[in-house]
Amino acid sequence: MGALHSLPDDPQHADLAEKTGFSLEQIGILRKRFKQLSANEETLRREDFNTIPDLACNPIRSQIIEAFFDRRNFRQSDGAGTVREIGFGEFLAVMSHFRPPSIHLKEEQREAIRMEKLRFLFNMHDTDNDGTITLEEYRHVVEELLSRSGALGKETAKGIADAAMLEVASISMGHMEPDEFYEGITFEHFNKLLKEFEIESRMNIRFMNMDTPTLCK
Amino acid sequence: MPGGSARWLLLAAVLVLVLPLEGTTVSETGSTPAPPRDPDHHGGHHGGNATKKAFPVLELDYDHIHTPFEISLWVLLASLMKLGFHLIPRLSSIVPESCLLITVGLLVGGLIKLAGEDVPPVLNSQLFFLCLLPPIILDAGYFLPIRPFMENLGTILMFAVVGTLWNSFFVGGLLYGVCQLQPTNSSILNDIELLPCLLFGSIVSAVDPVAVLAVFEEIHINELLHILVFGESLLNDAVTVVLYHLFDEYASVGTVTMTDAVLGVLCFLVVAVGGVLVGAVYGILAAFTSRFTSHTRVIEPLFVFVYSYMAYLSAEMFHLSGIMALIACGAVMRPYVEANISHKSHTTIKYFLKMWSSVSETLIFIFLGVATVDGKHAWNWTFVTVTVILCLIGRVIGVVGLTFIINKFRIVKLTTKDQFIIAYGGLRGAIAFSLGFLLDKVRYAEIREMFLTAIITVVFFTVFVQGMTIKPLVELLAVKKKQEAKRSINEEIHTQFLDHLLTGIEDICGHYGHHHWKDKLNRFNKKYVKKCLIAGERSKEPQLIAFYHKMEMKQAIELVESGGGVKLPPSVPSTVSMQNIQPKKPPPAERALPQLPKGREDEIRKILRGNLQKTRQRLRSYNRHTLVADPFEDGLNDLLLKKHKMIELEKKVKMSNYLTVPAAPPDSPTIARARLASDPQAYNMKQIDSVPTIQVDLASPQSPDSLNLLDELQRANQRGQSQRREQEEDEEEEEEVQGLMMRPPHRGGDKTEDGAPMGKEQRLMRCLSDPGPSAEEDEDEPFLS
Repeated sequence: MGALHSLPDDPQHADLAEKTGFSLEQIGILRKRFKQLSANEETLRREDFNTIPDLACNPIRSQIIEAFFDRRNFRQSDGAGTVREIGFGEFLAVMSHFRPPSIHLKEEQREAIRMEKLRFLFNMHDTDNDGTITLEEYRHVVEELLSRSGALGKETAKGIADAAMLEVASISMGHMEPDEFYEGITFEHFNKLLKEFEIESRMNIRFMNMDTPTLCK
Repeated sequence: MPGGSARWLLLAAVLVLVLPLEGTTVSETGSTPAPPRDPDHHGGHHGGNATKKAFPVLELDYDHIHTPFEISLWVLLASLMKLGFHLIPRLSSIVPESCLLITVGLLVGGLIKLAGEDVPPVLNSQLFFLCLLPPIILDAGYFLPIRPFMENLGTILMFAVVGTLWNSFFVGGLLYGVCQLQPTNSSILNDIELLPCLLFGSIVSAVDPVAVLAVFEEIHINELLHILVFGESLLNDAVTVVLYHLFDEYASVGTVTMTDAVLGVLCFLVVAVGGVLVGAVYGILAAFTSRFTSHTRVIEPLFVFVYSYMAYLSAEMFHLSGIMALIACGAVMRPYVEANISHKSHTTIKYFLKMWSSVSETLIFIFLGVATVDGKHAWNWTFVTVTVILCLIGRVIGVVGLTFIINKFRIVKLTTKDQFIIAYGGLRGAIAFSLGFLLDKVRYAEIREMFLTAIITVVFFTVFVQGMTIKPLVELLAVKKKQEAKRSINEEIHTQFLDHLLTGIEDICGHYGHHHWKDKLNRFNKKYVKKCLIAGERSKEPQLIAFYHKMEMKQAIELVESGGGVKLPPSVPSTVSMQNIQPKKPPPAERALPQLPKGREDEIRKILRGNLQKTRQRLRSYNRHTLVADPFEDGLNDLLLKKHKMIELEKKVKMSNYLTVPAAPPDSPTIARARLASDPQAYNMKQIDSVPTIQVDLASPQSPDSLNLLDELQRANQRGQSQRREQEEDEEEEEEVQGLMMRPPHRGGDKTEDGAPMGKEQRLMRCLSDPGPSAEEDEDEPFLS
């Protein structure tokens, strides 16, 4: 890691550090990883993720990869839709959603971070970006989760998704007339649903223990 | 208030009756070994010429049964006391049970002493460590919440190992210092060596799982704190064992060298890891055995208990940590055993464990009280007060210091409030007392009593003072309490989702963090271990589905228990039902269909009910040809299929018997015995034919009876019935074909007829399909309440 200190794009890193909240060291490490994944090119494409062997056994791998190319996660105000390739800045922006919150935060800041992480999850489910997670989308989520379990797949997944949806509807809407239709889970409902989930403490990766040279494949 | 006075009367009666009995029992054993016998009988043996005595019609032979009788009497006393406490209205909310029990023990001991008898040495260490402690630990280990335990394992180990070490040395060392400062002639304190002091320190510094359980159970603090204190109390056993033996060994010699210290550390590793390994091996054996118990369901719980107890004894045999062995055994075997055993066995295990641990705990506290009265005490003001103060201070310093270090590595930091509760929850209990009792009487002649007195004082102090005040303190400090919310399916889905997501991100970063390893372990578990240890199909069931089944099962049971047809108050009261969330379909072309008058409905209902049984068998052939495939039915189909798979799988619910038409009547002995042997495998083959096909046929939102109509229709067409009948059936058929749009003609009638499950299934079906509400129906009940 000797080359770390003399990177040519240091000022850019400082800028990124401020934007995403990573420390310079962490940015350096992630930069190395980015270079490794993208085979030393400037941008990362979907196919590049196929070089990671462990990711192949992950049931929701396609959704994770999609999340990296989803403009809504780039911390730009107007993001929508997907892109074909991403640069390092976007890579960092997505990764920053997984930074653990520092201890010395005020309540509002904690809340803001919580919303951010929740938003990321929401975007992963809401693939067509209409602001709600419809029953179809939710079914898809459950199907993917169970995709590695073989035979039981489709019907059970549907049953579970339906039950889950009903639960959300019950919690969020309370009373509904029988001919009303529950459009889908909006972000507020999602928030209400996962209120006790403590997502700001659970959705974190420790970025300090990474040591990319030893993990070069 | 009549109820209240009845309670008081009962309590008084209990006390009056049991206590003297206790006294007399003890007095009888305390006196001569020869019990009062019939003098005639006795005299018959002496003398050369046997004088013929009258044949003894009734004799009293107490000696014969005295040990089991006494044991039973003690257990009875303990249980009656427990009963009594809960009858007294406000007492149990102010004073924790442990305090009350110790008080009762003191009373009993006092009474016995007053009666002039020797108090039996009830709390001998043999009894305690081999009989009273294991059930409590097994209960704790079997039901240990694995996820929070593993997530906080580092913190727990730090507190258990480093914390206990710190406490022992702090208390022991400073106590020695204080002893040395005493004037030489005035007390015996000066004579105490360093090693006995350290030994005493190690005995008195271990947090006791029994006391912690007893007190924390009642205060319902949040899961994190509970698992931290509780986990610490369980895992510090290894440290205590090693320190105790180490100091005990060398106390007579007087010095501990460096090699001994190194050996001590080695011993610690052996004790801890060895204990866990022994437990794990027995756990795997138990899991493996449970794979084959599908034909002898009755003895399944026995395997769990026996294997665990043997794990404990095997560990104790090698002086390894028995507690850790027991915990490891319970935790390792649980997921596999639960997948294999029947629901009834699961309930049995749960209730037996709870019962035994409850009785054990009660007995321990009572014996503590009795032994306090009995033992010879050597009260030494300095020693005792210094001990108590040092224990408290040592605990606080230890917790604060350790938290400072630990917080550097934790994502969720421990706040000051948390630290206070952890420090305050460090209760000492009967283990410390028993260890003190174990001290050799010869080697520690003079000081043993003093040690015991000090230990008892510390135990009493922590249990009474800390135990009683912790609840108000928790309220005062507004510590986060345990969330009573049920685990919802959404949370489960998102827990799994988050796990996979974080593992994926870790892989993308190239960071082998603990999600990565957890995932690897899970995959290894799924691929190899589960195949070995879980019988049949269940080995492939993913966790989400298992969770979902469990939830549905629970609801099905609730449904039956609440009386089948009665509406359950849903946990989240709402009128949302399945239809609200199903995607809207464009309404099919409107057809004006007359509604059947009520009278007609009843008639039709009667006809159909009558025909239900026999046509069930023939439904199979009708479904695809005659019913229009409705895209909406898909979801219905699957739901029902799944629902019935669930019902057929979980045979505990007696509902299931109704679904099997060709089965023997439910009260025939074969079926009754078969029910005892109920389990997924035994019933799978039988049901597959009848039940799923029925469900598939019920694709129509109408009741199964509607298909009878088809049957009737066919027959009617063949026989060329009257015009009116055909017309009516025509309408029915059209109704069916329409599916969604019509009100099913028969609602609510068939439920009670065919039994609860039918009703439930029908009700669900209506829930899913019925477009209109109805006042008397509870179709608007949420799908999963």
